[in-house]
Amino acid sequence: MPIMAKEAKSKWNGFSLKKRKEMPDGLWTRCPACEHMLYKSAVEKNLNVCPECDYHFRIDALTRIGYLVDEGSFEETHDHLTSNDPLDFNFRGTTYRQRLKADENKSGSKEAMRIGKAFIKGRGVVLAVMEPNFLMGSMGYVVGEKLCLAVEKAIEEKLPLVAICSSGGARMHEGVVSLGQMAKTSAALAKFDKEGGFFISVMTDPTTGGVTASFAMLGDCLIAEPKALIGFAGPRTIAETIKVELPDGFQTAEFMLEHGFVDMIVHRKDLRSEIARLIDYCQK
Amino acid sequence: MAIAQDKNPEKIGDGDYLDFEQKVADFDRQMDELRRLSSIKGIDYSAEVRRLQQEQVAELKQIYSQLTAWQTVQVARHPKRPLLPDYLNLMVKDFRELHGDRCFGDDRAMVAGFGQIGREKVLIVGQNKGRGLKEKVACNFGCANPEGYRKALAKMKFAAKFGIPVVTLIDTPGAYPGIGAEERGQAQAIAVNLFEMSRLPVPVICICIGEGGSGGALGIGVGDRLAMLEFSYYSVISPEGCAGILWRDGSQAPEAAEALKLTSKDLLKLKLVDEAIAEPLGGAHRNIHDTVYNVEQYIIRTLAVLKRTKLETLLENRYAKLRAVGSEPTAVLRDKEHKTKIKTIEIKHVKPKSVPAKA
Repeated sequence: MPIMAKEAKSKWNGFSLKKRKEMPDGLWTRCPACEHMLYKSAVEKNLNVCPECDYHFRIDALTRIGYLVDEGSFEETHDHLTSNDPLDFNFRGTTYRQRLKADENKSGSKEAMRIGKAFIKGRGVVLAVMEPNFLMGSMGYVVGEKLCLAVEKAIEEKLPLVAICSSGGARMHEGVVSLGQMAKTSAALAKFDKEGGFFISVMTDPTTGGVTASFAMLGDCLIAEPKALIGFAGPRTIAETIKVELPDGFQTAEFMLEHGFVDMIVHRKDLRSEIARLIDYCQK
Repeated sequence: MAIAQDKNPEKIGDGDYLDFEQKVADFDRQMDELRRLSSIKGIDYSAEVRRLQQEQVAELKQIYSQLTAWQTVQVARHPKRPLLPDYLNLMVKDFRELHGDRCFGDDRAMVAGFGQIGREKVLIVGQNKGRGLKEKVACNFGCANPEGYRKALAKMKFAAKFGIPVVTLIDTPGAYPGIGAEERGQAQAIAVNLFEMSRLPVPVICICIGEGGSGGALGIGVGDRLAMLEFSYYSVISPEGCAGILWRDGSQAPEAAEALKLTSKDLLKLKLVDEAIAEPLGGAHRNIHDTVYNVEQYIIRTLAVLKRTKLETLLENRYAKLRAVGSEPTAVLRDKEHKTKIKTIEIKHVKPKSVPAKA
């Protein structure tokens, strides 16, 4: 017995921080909420919602647009805008330009937002969808600019504006320029409000920081996806600051609804019809 | 006046030297020693003291003309740096504080009230970090909760109703990240502030007097003019936070501070602030009166300009100013579209037959 124990010990080389390889890539996926093993194709068929526990997976902008708009109706504009690194950000050899390149390759998107005109159940809208995979969906000046362009388009064509938010906040690589985008988008929306425009903001997992503290919270109607993380400071920041364990369900969509900061929580499969109905109610 | 003030805020004590000011501290120590000797032994060392003073001034000039970003952050956080109550006491006549957001409570981190600066009636809104532990705790270290932002907005709307200009003095490490703050909608409170301040129908002057921390600073920082004190900082995230996110190591803050371009010099270069208000030699904490005077003069001068502007123009300018932050890609884009259009037309007119099929 002692020999066996010794053998086992020699094989064991400590806990690894690497992810354990339990499943072949691409076929299976694990739900982060209920930890069920799920067929990827089954999840995709179910609009990237866990069939077991209704967890809404994070999805990229194009998939989101595919779920939301009438087939083939999305006309993207300004898709070539990229940031030109206003600060020349360089922190110990990590440059912002490298990050931009890497995330462009990873997400296939040039920035963290796509805007364009589309139809939702036959209702024309201007759509602004954030890309959570591009630098955490953070708001740099291109995102701010694109949202303002979308607002201007909506004013010009008298269409409702729908924004799908999923973002980690302001983009720190752009410093105060990105902070300025909070003011810029809010000012544009104030103008939109004055013109009588209708703005629906849909908050998906995660919507935090500078995006929540600007345009995401300024919708005439605020919709959240079930269990989405919505808040100002991230949960880790709060836990570190106040050194208290956070209560269960803190900063979820349900928490926000309970405290009166969103109008409704809508399941991904109902989002299309819900937006269409709201537009019908508020159309002049 | 309900706001307590430090007994002797101007005296720089032993613990108040920043770590890059050791030489300055040495000079002070030597001068104190000489003064002590002269009083005991009755020898006149005044020439010597004067020489030391001159050298100290040269040293301070040298240090403060080339502060690094991180040193600037340290100056901005200096415990003796003038805080909101100093400005209220020295610059504002007849200050009348207004409390409460009419919804939840009265946030001590945010101070609002009417007062007179120069000959102008204004509403002053600002964050108070507090001096001394007791006051600091009462003020939550300058980190406002949602009720603070709602209070600020409520008072600004009140002032706007009667055409009274607004002056905001920004000095906060950031909006408070706590459970209660989230429950009461920190994000919503700030968002609404940005929304309403962008169209507040009176002149709004924002001045960063110390720390300009992220959304918490911006929550009262949207207006016609944004100025900064020379050694204050204004940033999207604290240097510690930035280093923590990028390197999981908050001790790399000095380098992060450099990368974030948060000093008045850099921001002026990037055209993100309108003016850097000069600080006296050796930073605001060495001469509170001069600092406050400079800020006062800036406010008076700027208010005179803004009050002359017609309200419509004022609001248009404010919108254009906010809208222009980082809108250069659109400008390039418009230019591009314009050029391509002209090109196609030209080709069509000159050579109608040989137009290639490609776009």
